[in-house]
Amino acid sequence: MSILSVIVAVLLLLGVFFFIIGAVGIVRFPDFYSRLHAAGKCDALATALSLMAIALFNIRDFDWALFQSWDNLRVSLKIVLIILFVYVASPAATHAITKAAFIVGIEPWEKRKRNR
Amino acid sequence: MRELQEEAKLRMPWQDVILQTSVRVLIPFIQLFGLYVVAHGHYSPGGGFQGGVILGAAIILMALVFGLPASKHYISENVNKTLSITGPLVYCGIGALCVLFGGSFLDYSALNKILPLGPIAWRSFGIFLVELGVGIGVMSIMLRIYRVLSSAGTIDQGL
Repeated sequence: MSILSVIVAVLLLLGVFFFIIGAVGIVRFPDFYSRLHAAGKCDALATALSLMAIALFNIRDFDWALFQSWDNLRVSLKIVLIILFVYVASPAATHAITKAAFIVGIEPWEKRKRNR
Repeated sequence: MRELQEEAKLRMPWQDVILQTSVRVLIPFIQLFGLYVVAHGHYSPGGGFQGGVILGAAIILMALVFGLPASKHYISENVNKTLSITGPLVYCGIGALCVLFGGSFLDYSALNKILPLGPIAWRSFGIFLVELGVGIGVMSIMLRIYRVLSSAGTIDQGL
């Protein structure tokens, strides 16, 4: 077992951990805004960690002389580009959904109801 | 809370700095990825239909965030009509060209008489040309469907 596979396993486990945290947050949080807060943040980080693990695992047998391993390196670079895309797109989409909900008029949750 | 909601309602829906900035960053890369999918159609997953949908979705994203008039400034309605005719015309034109040069319909190896690259290279290249036509057609039809649906027929003011 090499160091690379240990790193890959740790990254994957961290990614799965954050996915589970996000899922628990979606189920347990009380209202729409805090659920989106859980979903948006955890998914971006967990996707980045899992894809980083996949990109590292893809170039595990890198050899300067083989054409095949340069092909694998290109695929890994594309996976890194996916991470960049997710990091720009996911917060923007969460922002759009939250703003639409705010304009429609969904009230944020409060523990004690104010007297209006 | 109430005053903030009223203020947000007064603004136009596309006046949002965060969305505008991120979409402005993303759209060139989405279009590049669409061209990549179109160009890789004949030997990996992808093709004219999928790439055309991605290219159309990039402009639909622009229409969602910057408003329909901005997307009409980018691709006007007349250009869109011309593109939606050009796509099928490229497809059928390549097929008919094969018939003219003595093959059957869409038999690209007959095009070897125009430019002698060899029949195998022409089969690969001919599929690429046909996929390009399909991509152009699908892109403009996607955009047209979005524009008509979002503005209830009158293509002047979108969602």
